[in-house]
Amino acid sequence: MLIDVHAHFLHERTPRADWAERNASRLRAGERVGITIHVASILGSWGHTSPTYFPSPADCTYGNDRMLALQREHPERIRGYVTVNPNYTEHALAEMGRCLDAGMIGLKLAASRRADDPLLDPLCALARDRGVPVLHHIWQHRRRDYAGQEASDAVELGRLAARHRSVQFILAHIGGGGDWLGTLPVIHGLPNILVDLSGSGVDGGMLEACLEAVGVERLLWGCDLTIETGWAKLRYLEHLLKPADLEQVRWGNAARIFPPGAFPTH
Amino acid sequence: MRTDVNCFLGSYPYRRVPGTSPDAVLAAMDRAGIDEAWVSHLPGIFWRDPAAGNAWLLETTSRHKRLKPVLAVHPELAGWEDVVLDAAEAGAPAVRCDPTYYGIAPSGAAMRALVGACGRAGIPLILAVRLEDGRQRHPHDHAAELPAAAVRSLIRADAAARIIITHADRPFVEEVHFGSTPEEAARTWWDICWIWGPPEDHLEILLQTIGPDRFVFGTGQPLRIPENAVAKLDLLELAPEDRAAIEAGNAAAACNAAGSR
Repeated sequence: MLIDVHAHFLHERTPRADWAERNASRLRAGERVGITIHVASILGSWGHTSPTYFPSPADCTYGNDRMLALQREHPERIRGYVTVNPNYTEHALAEMGRCLDAGMIGLKLAASRRADDPLLDPLCALARDRGVPVLHHIWQHRRRDYAGQEASDAVELGRLAARHRSVQFILAHIGGGGDWLGTLPVIHGLPNILVDLSGSGVDGGMLEACLEAVGVERLLWGCDLTIETGWAKLRYLEHLLKPADLEQVRWGNAARIFPPGAFPTH
Repeated sequence: MRTDVNCFLGSYPYRRVPGTSPDAVLAAMDRAGIDEAWVSHLPGIFWRDPAAGNAWLLETTSRHKRLKPVLAVHPELAGWEDVVLDAAEAGAPAVRCDPTYYGIAPSGAAMRALVGACGRAGIPLILAVRLEDGRQRHPHDHAAELPAAAVRSLIRADAAARIIITHADRPFVEEVHFGSTPEEAARTWWDICWIWGPPEDHLEILLQTIGPDRFVFGTGQPLRIPENAVAKLDLLELAPEDRAAIEAGNAAAACNAAGSR
């Protein structure tokens, strides 16, 4: 079994005319790699009618509807994260309830509000009550603000995780941009933060550093925007890890933090 | 046969990178099914005289036949023409220059002179767009990325020049390719290490729009894990002859067209 904990899909109300091709390409490549389940999110309209990282409530709802539709169309392959904008607390909580009731299995927080902001607390409390993990977009070792997003780094996610010790947080795409060397020491002592290995970065030494920092039990496999980099890391890990440890990264750790029954029985 | 045209030996100044010794690179090549690698001396890129690493590189590669030396040339330092001639004489597959790391104009007079000298010597020139993702570079690592305009300018500088560009992404490749005449584009090759696979399918699209003849296998190892370049080829539905061309044939053609080896 192989679970991609960080996938995305597009829909017809995004700026991408090739949205259907890209969705099909992800599923096709997933078949080739052997991905059992893509755990995916849709960030609103991906910039079409509100910014990707600051999606309007209406765009969150539409994107989540499309994500639910994909989950229904591909029950053997796709699970969804509910995407919300924490600046709209009432809508975010309602959307979480609606989408988790409909079968989504996690919460996706991108970059609409800094991770350590109190506005995220009620969302994390609900994630705790519902027993779902939180995948949080991260700019590794952010040194400044970047246009288009209120990105967080491991320090800020760490503050949130320290306030919500019973919630499992997934630190997004360690290879997805920024200085991952700045991230790893920060989360060493925070056992409820797991590292998602996705991202286009395939730096030599990165996987060894992740293992050293948090151990095999806190690594999750994923791809994000580049499936070939996910496959490459998986191939590298096949040489680096014992078979039992590799299984933990492939799916075991994900099965542990997502709700029971989220994935096919094995 | 699989030839990695984009490989380094030696330490990197901005972070600890495992596996930079010749033996470690050879082991990584075995792991990734790479038969031959064109290797550059990584620390030398950051030296005031990058060519000072060439002697070590020649000596090292003489002991490891699967490693082929890519000598560094700084075209604003005295004696640089001899490095180009020495490389051709030594049977090196290419020479490299990293103008933005050397602090020289990437399409200035010296670079244009270098391109001309490489053309006359019959040896391809390797240029890297970048070595690391710009979002993670060391705060003191201020060297600019190679501009696409510089590549367009350099390939026009000499009709005999052959240039291999590494670490370019899809927009960079398209800007240069479609900003060149067919004759100029036919003297330019692109390594695949920085081009995205599915679901964006940048490599697949480029192979359709530009054609497989212009692409060569490159990994950027050990700064990047070599499995990545192999995985993106494995995700394509490539005709065997096209895959063979990308994995080795096109690199050999670049050398043969330039008259080296």
